[in-house]
This record gives sequence, structure tokens and C-alpha cells, in this order.
Amino acid sequence: MLPNASGKVVVTVGRRVKTRVEEEGKIEEINVELPHEDLPPWEEKNLVWVGKGIPRVDGFEKCTGKAKYTYDIHLPGMLYGKILRCPHPHARLIRLDTSKAQRLSGVKAILSQENAPPIPWYNDSFLFDRTLRCVGEEVAAVAAVDEYIARDALDMIEAEYESLPFVVDPEEALRPGAPPVRPGGNLLDGKPIIYSRGEIEQGFDEADLIIEENFSTQVQAHACMETHGSVVNWEGDHLTIWESTQGVSDVREGMAKALGIPISKVRVIKDFMGGGFGSKTREGKYTVIAALLAKMTGRPVKLMLDRKEEFYATGHRPSSLQYVKAGVKKDGSLTAIYLRSIGACGAYETPLFPSKFSMIDALARPYRELYHCPNVKTEVYPVYNNIPVHTAQRAPGHVEGTFALEQVMDQAAHQLGMDPIALRMKNYALKDQVEDFPYTRKALDQCYQKGAEKIQWEKRNKKPGEKKALICEGIGMAGQIWGGGGGPPAYAIIKINQDGTANLLTGTQDIGTGSKTVFVQIASEELGISPKDITITLGDTETTPYAPRSSGSRTVPSVGPAVRSAAADAKRQLLDLAGSILDSKAEDLAIREGQIYLKNNPTRKIPLKEITQKMGNNMIMGVGSRGPNPPQAAINVFGAQFAHVAVNTATGEVRVLKVVSIHDAGRVINSMTLNNQIEGGIVQGMGYGLMEEVIWDKGTGIMLTPNLHAYKLPTMLDIPEVVPGVAEGSDPANNIGAKGIGEPPKIPTAPAIANAIYNAIGVRLKELPITPDKVLRALKI
Amino acid sequence: MTHQIELIINGEHYELMVKANKTLLELLREDLDLTGTKMGCGTGDCGACTVLLDNRPVNACLVLAVEARGKEIVTIEGLAQGETLHPLQQAFIDHGAVQCGFCTPGMILTAKALLDNNPNPTEPMIRRAIAGNICRCTGYTKIVKAIMAVASR
Ligand code: FES
Ligand code: FES
Repeated sequence: MLPNASGKVVVTVGRRVKTRVEEEGKIEEINVELPHEDLPPWEEKNLVWVGKGIPRVDGFEKCTGKAKYTYDIHLPGMLYGKILRCPHPHARLIRLDTSKAQRLSGVKAILSQENAPPIPWYNDSFLFDRTLRCVGEEVAAVAAVDEYIARDALDMIEAEYESLPFVVDPEEALRPGAPPVRPGGNLLDGKPIIYSRGEIEQGFDEADLIIEENFSTQVQAHACMETHGSVVNWEGDHLTIWESTQGVSDVREGMAKALGIPISKVRVIKDFMGGGFGSKTREGKYTVIAALLAKMTGRPVKLMLDRKEEFYATGHRPSSLQYVKAGVKKDGSLTAIYLRSIGACGAYETPLFPSKFSMIDALARPYRELYHCPNVKTEVYPVYNNIPVHTAQRAPGHVEGTFALEQVMDQAAHQLGMDPIALRMKNYALKDQVEDFPYTRKALDQCYQKGAEKIQWEKRNKKPGEKKALICEGIGMAGQIWGGGGGPPAYAIIKINQDGTANLLTGTQDIGTGSKTVFVQIASEELGISPKDITITLGDTETTPYAPRSSGSRTVPSVGPAVRSAAADAKRQLLDLAGSILDSKAEDLAIREGQIYLKNNPTRKIPLKEITQKMGNNMIMGVGSRGPNPPQAAINVFGAQFAHVAVNTATGEVRVLKVVSIHDAGRVINSMTLNNQIEGGIVQGMGYGLMEEVIWDKGTGIMLTPNLHAYKLPTMLDIPEVVPGVAEGSDPANNIGAKGIGEPPKIPTAPAIANAIYNAIGVRLKELPITPDKVLRALKI
Repeated sequence: MTHQIELIINGEHYELMVKANKTLLELLREDLDLTGTKMGCGTGDCGACTVLLDNRPVNACLVLAVEARGKEIVTIEGLAQGETLHPLQQAFIDHGAVQCGFCTPGMILTAKALLDNNPNPTEPMIRRAIAGNICRCTGYTKIVKAIMAVASR
């Protein structure tokens, strides 16, 4: 089943194979058709474009203000939508009177539970429901000629609620007699999610040292700079949606289903967007509401959330409480790892994965996979509470789990008197112990080594907190494992034009990561056409073939191989044509930098343009698809990060001076966009580690931090020196050799900082975010 | 209540009728279709809406359109001369200081105001000057580098 990398064209049309695909920790077996051609890996020494840090192909638009974001779309006759939200953490809507609002001049439509179709949403709720389970839930919506009138209209809607008992604290929600958030109890599916291998008790018996610790992690907001929102327009029964989204195809499918219309009648466009980080993976209630309001009024509707709604109603990284117990032998080998954790779902299970898969459990994955350990048990309690629903945020689960696990490892190393890196190498996992598969590639050892050199690991305090001073410096590290292998299905089309230029079409999107540029580079490499002669179209479901949503660090490893396969298909046809014109065999020809030449005599060449000019209106169209992943193998991204911090022991302030970040993400396609991902991921991880926190008032269920003033994001004054890097080489998992890098750099940042703080002051900080008050409290103990 | 105002935007003279409660940001984006200026918060916290008002960077979400009466405004659309980019725009592209690009117009204009005032700022001065502009994507490193590159010319 595994393509044998022979490079031969194999006739496989209609041959379907099963393959394993991972997204944000969710693993699925799917059927996939084999691509036309099984491409061998690129020859390293011949690479022209792949690996170069070429600037973004859309930099001009973004730097001149020409780039149109969803929020910039303006259509003639457009109305503005606004949503009325529930002010109570748990309530029943008993009366809704919209008549006053209805009469306000400029109001064109009002939508609520009374006139909206009962579109299913969340576990068992609806687009508009009479039972409301958190502050911010949608109650009604208005479309008006301007935003001010729409807002005034919301104020004029009379809504009467019956308050119901509520619970915000996840631990309280689990206690017997706690107010029920939903029918069926506050524990998701009524039981913890348990994973176990080996004999956990026996493992602890074999240990020479037991470490037991409690950790807590906070709610983190995505805080995308462009808020969520849509602009919708009906033309007859055809619906066009501009949506700030990470998944145009998902929005299309979801909207067709919600509205009961054919997929062919829905077009979703996302050209530019201001960040997503996991929160914009599918349509929101606002998208459906905008479409319904537009239908009612016969006019286009724009519905963008404001910053407060963005905080409330677009999901967040869930909080966690983790109790960890680990057993190690004197030589450092792990004998047992046990995790018991509570994760707060909010009022519903995340709609991102509507199947039986809880993202709350993702935090247990590093415990199961990062180290070799025969006896592991994880016990995760996803609990409902009366706050808005969580969703994926950049490396969901792994960020929370790794914060605790990597501190436990650091603690074990300290107590055993071992170098923390040596301890990790002692427990190096050579295979995926959950699936019992080998890794396609794992170069974490290289990451440890490179990182240690760059941070000057030997300069860390030999004894944590040994120096007593006002400013104490320390160095710490942490490792990470993530999915990021990508997989099918994903498709791409390349059209060659008479003038020797090409158009590349694929249904993925560039959410700011630089995927447009990366795909152009891949196509250039394979086709031998310069990037400036390739125009890419993506983020439009009507004009492009399917590609998956940009989540799980899988855009490049999923879509990149399909782009290469399309380019190879186009090249094959081009060389056929050239062969017939030049009277030579296609297989004797190659293309490089816009020139077609004879392989055995590269001086004999002819510009590609001269060949394509002869095509007239005959078309060369390369079609490519993503092939299966290798069978019986796990594809993961690994990495290690090192932090150098300075702690002010009088104020409790922590300054991160330097972060070294080395990852095994396979082949680097664009070194500049890769470094962007690393630098951005580190700063988000640092925000998570030191300052960001969404705070809920337990007495009212109201968020205390719903703006960018109260919610502290890192600014330019906070950032450390960042030294990004990779483990050299490529991964044989797919035909471009690359894995994803979007999420991994965020994972080990907070634990590396926490371990560095420990190294600096000899005190362990186990509660996130590590704010000065917590440091001072810890120092006084 | 509407007011008549005259102002210069990107070198062009405008005579406009504006409502008293209209912000400069709304005027630019909605009335004049200058959508390069972004809104990240509407409350003065993010800097995405930064424009230059008589050469000083301001949060356009906090300025009423009537306050701009008689003033000169520069937005991101006013920086390039045709296809020729302002050195800061070019440096942002070349140094990879742009990811999603939503914060970019505000960043570039704030940097321009700094460099117009002080062509040779130190790195800490640059960081301080841009500290009011939030970027959720880049981690700032390359933004500092891009501005440094122009400053040291
Ligand atoms: S939109 Fe003006 S400061 Fe955020
Ligand atoms: S590039 Fe996305 S917010 Fe700065």
C-alpha cells in the first residue's frame, strides 16, 4: 500500500487505500485514492526554491492596505447585523418582545427563537434556544442600515429571563449536588476518559523516587486581531459568504447543512484574515444568523463581532487542573506516569469535533507519548460549567499537559542529581507507544543537542536557586511532541498558460502563516517556473478543489504534496509537448528556471515560453492529490526549547531574556515563514506562561477580562531574543518531506520558562500564569 | 447633528459632512473606503487603527472625525508612490515582519512617525515607540528588525 518512491508512473486511478490521518489529536482511518504518480523525494542538492526564505507573495497587499479582510468587504445595500446576548450564566428565556425594536427606523429584520428555524447546535441545543447556559449566549439578532441603529435596536428588545442555578468553578461542578449545567450530569458522558498501559501500581512499586505534584492552567483567549465575522450575500438561491475562517470548505459544508441547501449553492471566500489560532475552524452562529437575516431582508448582511463578543463567544483554551504522579529509578528510567485531570468544557462539548472525541483529553497525550514508559495511566474528567464553550487553540491540550509533565521531569532530574537532558535521553521513546507504530522520523535528540549548545546549557545554575541576589538568572528547558503529519484528502490544480506562466488553485487557505508562498515555492520547484510567474488562488470554494481546514499544523504537509503532485502532472504534459516539438523523448527532458533542457546535455535548452506559445488555446492542466500516509507508522513533530530568564526577587517579575527553539518539522520549505511561526508561537507561549488569563467571576459567571486592556497580551517590550532552528533533514512521511510547525513552538515555552525560574530561584511555579504575585508568594514559603 | 469639515487625507483635500459621533476610523473606512486602516478593539488598546494626524500617530478609533477638522491625515494607502513602496513597507516585506497583516498598517505608520522624528533610534527606543501596537502573530522580532534596518540606513 505504501507508495514505493520509485518515481514511476503507476496506473492507480480508482485504487483506494485506507490511511491514518491525525488532526489536533484526533486520529481517523479514511479511504483515499492514490495519486497518479508516486513521486520520489526531491534531490537535496538540486533544490532551487524549496528551503529559501523568500518573502511572502502577498506582502505587497498587506503592507499597502490593499489586502481585503472579511471585515473590509462592503457590498451595495449592505445591512449590519448585531446579536443580543444573554446576560446570565444560566437562565430560561421566558419572554421576548421585539416590537419596539421592530419599529425603530432603519431596522430591517429581527431574528430570534420565535422566527428562526430550529437549527441544531452543540450537543443538543439550537441556534437560538430558550435555555441559555452561559453569559454571552445568542438570544436574538437584528439587521439594520447601520451599526449604531442595530445596537440601539438591541437595547430596545425586551427579554425576560428566569435565573437558574449555575456553577462556574470546574471542581465545584463535579461535586455531588452541583447545579446541573446540562441534562445528564456535569461530567461529559458520565465518566472519565481513561487510558492505561502496563500496570501502574507495579510501576510505582519499582520506582526509587516518586514525584507528586498538582498543577493548574488558566483559560487563554485566542485574541485574533481581526474578530470573527461574516459578510453574506444571496443571489437567488446562491449564497456567497466572506468569512474570516481557517476552513472555507468546512464553512461551506456546515452552512449548507444548517440551511438545508445544496453544497453547490454555497460559496465561501476567505482571502485575507487577521488570525485564527484554532478559533475559526468552522461556521459560527453568527454566520448562520447573518445568512438568515440576509434571506429575510433580501440584502447583503455584514456581521462582525466586537472585541467583547470575541472574548465571550468564539471559544478559548480550556483551563485544567492536573495531579501528576511519576515514578523513576535511580538511573533515571521512568517506571510509571499517572495523570488525573479536570478540564473545563464550558457549557457544551466543542462543536469543532462533533463526534465522540473530547479535546479536553488532548492534554493527556504528552503523558502517553513524549517518553518511553511501560506503565502509564491517564484519567481525564471533562466537566461542563456555565461559561462559554472551549475550542481548539494552537496545540490544544499539549500546551497544558506539557507545562505540568515537563516540570515533573525537571523535578525528577533535580532530585536524582541528573542533567535534565540526560534524564530525557534516558527515557527517549523510539516508537509511538499508544499505537505501537514506529515514527517515520524522530530527531528530538538533535533538537536537545542543538538547543543546549545555543543556550549554553552548561551555564545554568548547578544548584537551582544557589545564587541569592535581587535579580536571579536561570536556564531551563522543555521538550514537545505534536501531530502535524497531515494527510489526505487534499487537491490542487495547476494551469499552464501560453506565456509560460502558471495558475495554482487549491482549496486551502493562508491564515497568515505564509502557506500561499510555501505552495508557490513547491510548485516552482517541481515545475521549474519562477515563483514570480506563478499566481496562486486559494480560500475560495467555488474556484478551487477541496483542501482541508488549516488546523493541527497540517496545511503544508497535507496540501503541499498535492501541489507537488499537480505540478508534476503539469510538467509531464509540458515535457510531452516539448518532446513532440523538439523531436526528442519527454523522459530525456527537464525544466529548470524557465528553461527546458536535455538532461544529458543541459547546454541544449529552449525557453519554456517558446514551447507554451505553440499551445494556442490547448490547455495543460496538472491535477494533483495528497496520497496516503505510510501505513503502520506515526508521524509527529518534535522539539525542544530552552529559556533564559531573570527573576526579580523583590518584585516577583520574570523577564524572559532568550528562548532557543529547535524543532524536527521535517524539511523546511520556507525558512522565513518557518521562523515566523517559531517566533510567534514562542511569544504566545510566553503570554500564556506569564500574563494572559481569562478570568470568570464565580459569583456571576461574568468575564472580568473581555478587552485588550484587562487581558494582558505580550507587547514589544516583553519579548525575548528568539533563536529559532530545526533538526536538519526531511521526513519520509510524504513527497515534500515536511511536517507542520504552526503549533509546536507554543507547546514547550511555558514549561521551559517555569523550569528556568526554578533554576533561577529554586522554587517551582505550578500555577499559570506565573504572575509576580505568585512568584513572591512562592519565594516566601 | 452633522458638521462640515475640511481635511487633507493622503495629500488630497476633502470637504465632508460628518455626524458628530462618527470616529475618524469610521470616516476613513466607511465613507472613504480607505479600509487599510483596521479596527482591532475600538477602545484604544491595540493600535491597529493607527493613522498619522499632523505627523503624530493616533488611534483613529478614539478620534472623532470632527476633531480632524483642518488637519492632515496619512493612512497606509498614502505611503507608497504607485508601485514604489515606502522603505518601511519594503523592509516589512523583506524581513518577514508580516504574518496575517492585520496589525501591519498600524505598525508601519507608528514606525514612520518615529523615524520621521528621529531617523536613528536605538532598539529600545523602537520597542518603546511601537509598544502600543499589538501583534498576535509575529512575536514582534522581525518587526523590530525591519524598523532597525530602515533606521540604520
Ligand atoms: S482599534 Fe483603535 S486601538 Fe484598537
Ligand atoms: S501579523 Fe497578525 S496581528 Fe500582526
